[in-house]
Amino acid sequence: MSEVRKELKVSAIENGTVIDHIPANVVFQVMKILKLDEIDRPVLVGTNLGSKKFGKKGIIKVNNKFFESEEINKIALIAPKATLIVIKDFEVVYKKQVELPKSIKHFVKCVNPNCITNYENIDTKFEVHFTDENEVKLHCRYCEKFTAQGNMTFI
Amino acid sequence: MKNRSLISIDDFSKAEWIKILDIAEDFEKNPKQRILEGQVVATLFFEPSTRTRLSFESAASYLGAKVIGFTDAASSSVKKGETLNDTILTVSNYSDIIVMRHPREGSARYASEVAPVPVINAGDGANQHPTQTLLDLYSIRKTQGTLDDLNITFVGDLKYGRTVHSLVIALCNFNATFHLVSPQELKLPSYIKRHIKERKLKYHQYTDLNEAIPSSDILYMTRVQKERFSDPIEYEKVKNAYILNNAMLEDAKEKMKVLHPLPRVNEINEDVDTNPKAYYFQQAQNGVYVRQALLTSILGVK
Ligand SMILES: [Zn+2]
Repeated sequence: MSEVRKELKVSAIENGTVIDHIPANVVFQVMKILKLDEIDRPVLVGTNLGSKKFGKKGIIKVNNKFFESEEINKIALIAPKATLIVIKDFEVVYKKQVELPKSIKHFVKCVNPNCITNYENIDTKFEVHFTDENEVKLHCRYCEKFTAQGNMTFI
Repeated sequence: MKNRSLISIDDFSKAEWIKILDIAEDFEKNPKQRILEGQVVATLFFEPSTRTRLSFESAASYLGAKVIGFTDAASSSVKKGETLNDTILTVSNYSDIIVMRHPREGSARYASEVAPVPVINAGDGANQHPTQTLLDLYSIRKTQGTLDDLNITFVGDLKYGRTVHSLVIALCNFNATFHLVSPQELKLPSYIKRHIKERKLKYHQYTDLNEAIPSSDILYMTRVQKERFSDPIEYEKVKNAYILNNAMLEDAKEKMKVLHPLPRVNEINEDVDTNPKAYYFQQAQNGVYVRQALLTSILGVK
């Protein structure tokens, strides 16, 4: 494990973004939602790495890619404790835990099959709430139902 | 309230609900005032609901407004595949206010975002039906003289009933004590009970209707439908337990009233109809006054 970690560290990037502290079980979901499985730039992925704080974690490094705020919101929904590290000329210029916004637009589907957003061409809009277990749940502006973290599908 | 849409009961404050009830009281005394002459009310019923539609149309007509619209989606351009956006924008050109009923949840909120004129939600799927809640509040206040500190008993399907959920939430603002009578399978869901608990209000749960009647100020009846049961044998066991008859009302309080959102099937025996405690037909009539109050407030005439 320490070998992999070393290697990831060694393969530092000149310009780009590192997403660290992703729970191991959602690494590939993060890849998919950010469409990193489709881009032609180098992407390094590590998963099932040991972390004292997070248990098994994953890490993604993307060359020459700087995420837009909507993309960061997507990361925050799937991996609320992930850290975003922006690198320019081999230097860390930004390092911060991702933050969930108060509201989410466009990219999550409402779980309610009878919600109008699933029938008409309407941008979804949700308020971000938390369950007693501190999991994210999204309150649909239209049908007023909650979409739980486990039920989230992305548009 | 001028030019504002009413989609969910929460769109208006408690003070505004009270104001609507006060205006409705004036209309009850004098319902035929042609103060909306020259105004056009569109009633768009994407699914049929004769009772609600007639109540709105009667309210508008007594006030002198013209009513346009359709009574179900099959007879309108919607059937030809027109989007909700286009229907709402088109109708907005011809009307001053839109009253709409739609089978999909969230449709009314969406319409209110699209429409340049105000929208009143007359039911969006299982979500909201705020004018029903207002007419229930009106009926309770009228018969009890107050909305505060009452013992309200809800009977029947407390799990799926949108009407019950909205009214419970509304009554949490008035220090009610709740008596919840239902079969085990149709109890009030925890996300509604949460509102009662947050306000630290009292509630009691029963499976036997007779136990709850003596302490009630209001007995709010709803229908127990067979389709709601996962096990048909369970339904057979309880189907007669939530039917009210005249003899059961003997120990009821003097001023107690029986409410029901209508239409009823068999959950209130017809022998109750002539009992002075029966209030469900007047309750429906109150809907006209409440809708008059809403139309005139939103159109800025009251
Ligand atoms: Zn929805």
